[in-house]
Amino acid sequence: MSTLAAAAKKEGTLNVIAVPPTWANYGAIISGFTKKYGIKVNSANPTGTSQDEVNAVKQENGTAAAPDVLDIGQAFALANTSLFAPYEVSTWTDIPAAQKAANGLWYEDYGGYMSIGYSSKFGTITSMSQLLGSKFKNAVALNGNPTAANAALNGVMMANLVEGGTADNISKGVNFFHQLKQAGNFSPVSATGATIKAGTTPVVFNWDYLNLPSYVGVSNWKVFVPPNAILGGYYAQAINKNAPHPAAARLWEEFLYSQATSGGQNLWLAGGARPVEQAAMTSNSSINTADASKLPAVSGTPVFLTQAQNTAAANYLTANWAKAVG
Amino acid sequence: MPFLGYVGVFLLLPTVIVLVHAFQNQSGGFSLSGLKVLGDSTVRGYFVGSAELAAVTSVGGAVLGAILAYAVASGNPEGVVRRLYLAGSGVLAQFGGVTLAFAFLATVGPSGLLLHASWFYNFPEGIGLIYLYFQIPLMVLVFMPAIDGLKVQWREACENLGGSAWQYWRHVGGPLLMPAFLGATLLLFANALSAFATIWAWENQIAYIVPQQIAIALSSEVGLANANEGAVLALGMVIMVVVVMTGYALLQRRAARWLR
Repeated sequence: MSTLAAAAKKEGTLNVIAVPPTWANYGAIISGFTKKYGIKVNSANPTGTSQDEVNAVKQENGTAAAPDVLDIGQAFALANTSLFAPYEVSTWTDIPAAQKAANGLWYEDYGGYMSIGYSSKFGTITSMSQLLGSKFKNAVALNGNPTAANAALNGVMMANLVEGGTADNISKGVNFFHQLKQAGNFSPVSATGATIKAGTTPVVFNWDYLNLPSYVGVSNWKVFVPPNAILGGYYAQAINKNAPHPAAARLWEEFLYSQATSGGQNLWLAGGARPVEQAAMTSNSSINTADASKLPAVSGTPVFLTQAQNTAAANYLTANWAKAVG
Repeated sequence: MPFLGYVGVFLLLPTVIVLVHAFQNQSGGFSLSGLKVLGDSTVRGYFVGSAELAAVTSVGGAVLGAILAYAVASGNPEGVVRRLYLAGSGVLAQFGGVTLAFAFLATVGPSGLLLHASWFYNFPEGIGLIYLYFQIPLMVLVFMPAIDGLKVQWREACENLGGSAWQYWRHVGGPLLMPAFLGATLLLFANALSAFATIWAWENQIAYIVPQQIAIALSSEVGLANANEGAVLALGMVIMVVVVMTGYALLQRRAARWLR
């Protein structure tokens, strides 16, 4: 660790990309890292997408401006492993096996569970079937088209799990949205912060860290994660194999996966995201319990879609989604 | 020459690129298999949706816009009403996209301030009404010069010869305006066909029209991205425009027969 830190300090700089300071507490994480190690962090294209990150690695390859580390959507991590260098952080064993590549090319970092966010004017939702009731006319929205947006596909998949479907077959989820449409409760408007504030989409299926009242900016907003239908969606970290600052990149990963009070895992938690080592940290008591208690309550075992399940769901949606809700 | 260059870069080149990509498979080789998606019933639905939306809003916009343009044109040519309408139309014809969708959503949507109408989410009537918001002003703008071209003397001549208002419109005004009216309707059709941002902001959880599906084919995060499918869909839209243009040319020839 100390040799790594010394080498990283010698490099003096770290290039990160697509990490908005207001997203998952990245502002505090970057300043904490700089304060601790005296390494300058260049944050490029903070509002970029996962695809932008991949493009930057390819296009800026070999230059000093190329990203050292990536914080990338799961599907993009799987599709671009040839760009990454393997690395195992010192807390590697605390990352659940389903959430990392065994060869260390990528490792999930933080994320959350699919949830139903809703305006408190509806009272308290305790079961997804309540959404079929008449008071939810034109109220229920996804965050995009499920054949295009990952969050929306997972929203349908969560409904599928609640309805008793399996991760291999999303048809019961599509059927639930068909029922919503028949009841006149499905809203085709894509939910954004603006539509939530305007009251146009008072019920939204989205990741729980994007459904927090503090994130959507509406105080009378509640979050419900249906029991026994916990669907996880996590981002992943990876190191550019041609990173211009290889030591700083590895030191950054150590910082992100540190379980210290001011380490990356607790800082993500403070930002409303679920750190990947949360289970291990709960059992070794290194977790910030005050922050952990602010997250929406969940019960059951989390489900993570495999690439094959994701593809099967996407193909089924392509053929059936438009017919179900059109 | 500069015009040819302009057309080449912004019209011919993209069309050629679309053509080339439509006949390629994912790895870049020549293939006809991409065209198979056009036979898929879901995909055909997008084309039907596009045609329906463009037809309804272009005909509706053209008829209503023409009436409005005539009403305005028959007023004082230097009057404040006319200037107000033209300025307003100039602004509203450009009003579209996210701002327009959100304005409707906040005012007359299912949880709107003024009117709670859930049929607004039905396709195509909801989005069609929103499209009319920019189609009618556009019609006023492009049709006004044609109406101004109608000389008062022609009407007087018709009346002097004992013609009724119906006969004037049937034999003089109508035939004179018909080519311009058809041309303007076609412009509105193309305008609606290619409009994308408004419907994307209005209801993007379901794809109703081809441009929405092209966006999904280009940018799907869930593993369905296929740029060649996007090109095939774009090719389908090119064919649609060619068909409409051919029909327009034939109609135009018929309508302008007496001019020759």
